[in-house]
Amino acid sequence: MANVIVEVSKFLMMILFALYTFECFAAFRGRISVKKRERIFKRQIFFMYLIHLDGYLCIYAATDEIQVVLLYFLQMILITVLLGNYQLLYPNASRLVTNNMCMLLIIGFIILTRLSYDKVIRQYIIAVASTIIIFIIPVLIRKLKVLRKLTWLYAAVGIIGLAAVTIFGATSYGAKLSVSIGGFFSIQPSEFIKIIFVFFVACMLHQNTEFKQVCITTVVAALHVLVLVASKDLGGALIFFITYLVMLYVATRKLFYFAGGILTGCIAAVLAYELFSHVRVRVLAWSDPLSVIDNEGYQICQSLFAIGTGGWFGTGLYQGSPNKIPVVEQDFVFSAISEEMGGIFALCLIMVCVSCFLMFLNIAMQMKDQFYKLVALGLGTVYAFQVFLTIGGVTKFIPSTGVTLPLVSYGGSSLLSTMILFAIIQGLYILRQDQGETNGKQNTAGRTRFDEEIEDFS
Amino acid sequence: MENKIQREEQDLTKKSKTSPKKKKKKATSQNREFAVITYSFLALFICLMGYFAYFQFEKSEEFIDNPYNTRQENFEQKVIRGQILASGDEVLAETITDSEGNDTRRYPYGSIFAHVVGYSTHGKTGIESQANFDLLRSNAFFLENAGNEIQGEKSIGDNVVTTLNYELQLRAYDALGSYDGAVVVMEPATGKILAMVSKPDFDPNTIAEDWDTLTAEGNTDAALLNRATQGLYPPGSTFKIVTTLEYLREHGSDSDYSYSCNGSYTVGKTTIHCHNNKSHGTQTLKQAFTNSCNAAYSSMGLELDINKFGKLCDSLLFNTSLPTKFESSKSSFVLQSTDGDASIMSTAIGQGKTLVTPFHMVLLASAIANDGVLMQPYVIDHTENYQGQVQEKYEPEEYGRLVSVENAAVLQDYMSSVVENGTGQKLKGQNYEAAGKTGSAEFSTGSNSAHSWFVGYAHQEGKEDIAVAVLVEDSGIGSEYAVPIAKEIFDSYYENY
Repeated sequence: MANVIVEVSKFLMMILFALYTFECFAAFRGRISVKKRERIFKRQIFFMYLIHLDGYLCIYAATDEIQVVLLYFLQMILITVLLGNYQLLYPNASRLVTNNMCMLLIIGFIILTRLSYDKVIRQYIIAVASTIIIFIIPVLIRKLKVLRKLTWLYAAVGIIGLAAVTIFGATSYGAKLSVSIGGFFSIQPSEFIKIIFVFFVACMLHQNTEFKQVCITTVVAALHVLVLVASKDLGGALIFFITYLVMLYVATRKLFYFAGGILTGCIAAVLAYELFSHVRVRVLAWSDPLSVIDNEGYQICQSLFAIGTGGWFGTGLYQGSPNKIPVVEQDFVFSAISEEMGGIFALCLIMVCVSCFLMFLNIAMQMKDQFYKLVALGLGTVYAFQVFLTIGGVTKFIPSTGVTLPLVSYGGSSLLSTMILFAIIQGLYILRQDQGETNGKQNTAGRTRFDEEIEDFS
Repeated sequence: MENKIQREEQDLTKKSKTSPKKKKKKATSQNREFAVITYSFLALFICLMGYFAYFQFEKSEEFIDNPYNTRQENFEQKVIRGQILASGDEVLAETITDSEGNDTRRYPYGSIFAHVVGYSTHGKTGIESQANFDLLRSNAFFLENAGNEIQGEKSIGDNVVTTLNYELQLRAYDALGSYDGAVVVMEPATGKILAMVSKPDFDPNTIAEDWDTLTAEGNTDAALLNRATQGLYPPGSTFKIVTTLEYLREHGSDSDYSYSCNGSYTVGKTTIHCHNNKSHGTQTLKQAFTNSCNAAYSSMGLELDINKFGKLCDSLLFNTSLPTKFESSKSSFVLQSTDGDASIMSTAIGQGKTLVTPFHMVLLASAIANDGVLMQPYVIDHTENYQGQVQEKYEPEEYGRLVSVENAAVLQDYMSSVVENGTGQKLKGQNYEAAGKTGSAEFSTGSNSAHSWFVGYAHQEGKEDIAVAVLVEDSGIGSEYAVPIAKEIFDSYYENY
């Protein structure tokens, strides 16, 4: 009987998630009424709860462990609190962003429960803590006008934080990423410094984009990147680099900077390839993983075995062997999802992430204050590029750089920092919405800010 | 229109510091930057998703089939491994389930197909490894499989029908007798592998029990090694095919060639003897090839451009993985232009450091027989569900041209001449026309015995040509040991009794 449930729920989850994904993009359509949009978000929540229920039903059927039921209810409460709180405390928050955040959390919970029971418990505790922390963030964004004046504090915290990892950090899989605090838990400062870095760049460039200012900013940004390269965190270095370029380009409106930056990046990549053996190893493992399957290519091959064997429809939860992939709960969680929940589910997951990114950029575009605009843009870029790096890496589209899939992968720092990132964006959106309402001019003829955003976008 | 109005409205609200005109310009132009960023990222993600789809549709098979992919074992819990069949539907491997539900893999012909079919109970090799995923997939009627699923019973896996010819395999196996060695038979026009024998062999039915004995330290038989694809041997005189080809490529034709043989050829301290020191007299290239004149070929070697020679060998699949899924060794040709005369002379006659696998030699013979074009060799003809419905059919595919049409014609002529007038005369006057090249490869200096080779093909009107490579370890000269085995195979295939 268990295998029938697993088999049926596999297809059910796939269909529900495809519908959810469809609604993500349906919400972007222009010229639909508030009511209709409202219904879209309600349907999304409905699908979300069903996927969660279905996933846990399947896990329960396969494991027959009663704790799973408890875990399910705990998670359901958390999700309900998250959704409810936003609706009650911040009715102007972007529903799409809230929904996507919860949806991705749920997918993370399902796959982590399947992979490791201990880890999902820890993930859950961190999610609860994060939920509490992030509810003050929109208030902070509104109240703390000083945020745009802390330029050099951001820079100092960023560089010192990253340097501390380089010096004191523990090495895992060739890169120094985390520092241990008090011996029992470790944090990855770079996850948080990404956000601080975005604030730094926004501070520097929101008023003044003269050549001198750009030079100073570039030097500090380059310092961040170089420190990350020194600790062999190539994924982190790339995220900082691309984020800076994107922000610089939008702030200065000079394509020249963007193109120049990309060119510099390419030259740096070639240099890195020539100079560092660990870069060559990654490139080799990418270009022909089967030839080095016993060593460098082992991880990526296991990932591709998982994705390939799972195929479009997946093996069903507990029917594959995702635990054969090293660090599957973190960097390779996408492969586990693709193996057991199917390639179609995995593609939908990418699209949900893309819809998050579109919404972030949409919000950035709507911000009238250049500082907030740049913050939203920077955070959106951090998010999107990280998603691209991790999924591209595990599918062998690009060389693997070892970054996590935000909200889905296991990891306290990653989860908390991503939830903060989402909350900041929400804070900005709420700020903009509230301004819109006090102006009272926009809500004519039953149209909302959202419509306007969509149209600006097209 | 509405859009524009809204823009203007927006502008009104923005009337704080700068003039509306300036502000508007800024807003619209920054939208362009946003569009660039948005579309760049969208393009990245679309490429990523496209790649993902491409991987699933096209590339994934390569990874799924990889023997390192232990995920296939999961299927064993749900599917009864399918059968492996010869082209005439003879069962080469099947799984028997006893009354208690225990599966046993059975190989009815035991050691005869041991290497080519392989085994699946102690690691996986041969076809058992290559077709593992097919054997563990059930394409039975889906309701039947769903029913099995619900009842917790195993579904019946697909069968793999090979190109192997049961009769030929049996004849080749018997003909090799008690010698160690290998025989490979292939269809030049299609690339179908018809037979592949390797000795010493083992019984795949009892591989698990015999494992320790087979792999014991003092055991030098290496019975698990598939000598056809993994055994590396000096090619001996069969390599004169390659040397001849290099001569033809450098000179355009054989018309200028002439050599006067007095039974040996000496340069410095190196002397190369013809077989039994026989003096062949004045030789054309064709005669030198037919008589396997060592003196002529070693002197020719010194005239050749060694760099080009190396390139030719690379293009003939030396120093590279052979196009097959069988576990195979790379043949090696390592001669450098800086090597001394002695190396060059012995390499030209197939001694020296050159090493080949029998499978590689049958590919070369096939390419020559097929007017220079090598067909991709394959051993799985199709897969079918257990009720016999074809699931996936493999069609002959061109691998590429190895030899030009003109040179292939010359080599065909020479190889026929070997049978008519030379060392392959045992194949003369049959109901088929055979062609080939013999070889005797000395494998240790000072010993009289040699590995005996025959590489060639046969033709009969109305039937497909077949190419063979025969290697008999530690026996003697090719014409005495390898040629009769080739004859058995040709006789069997063309019903020459």
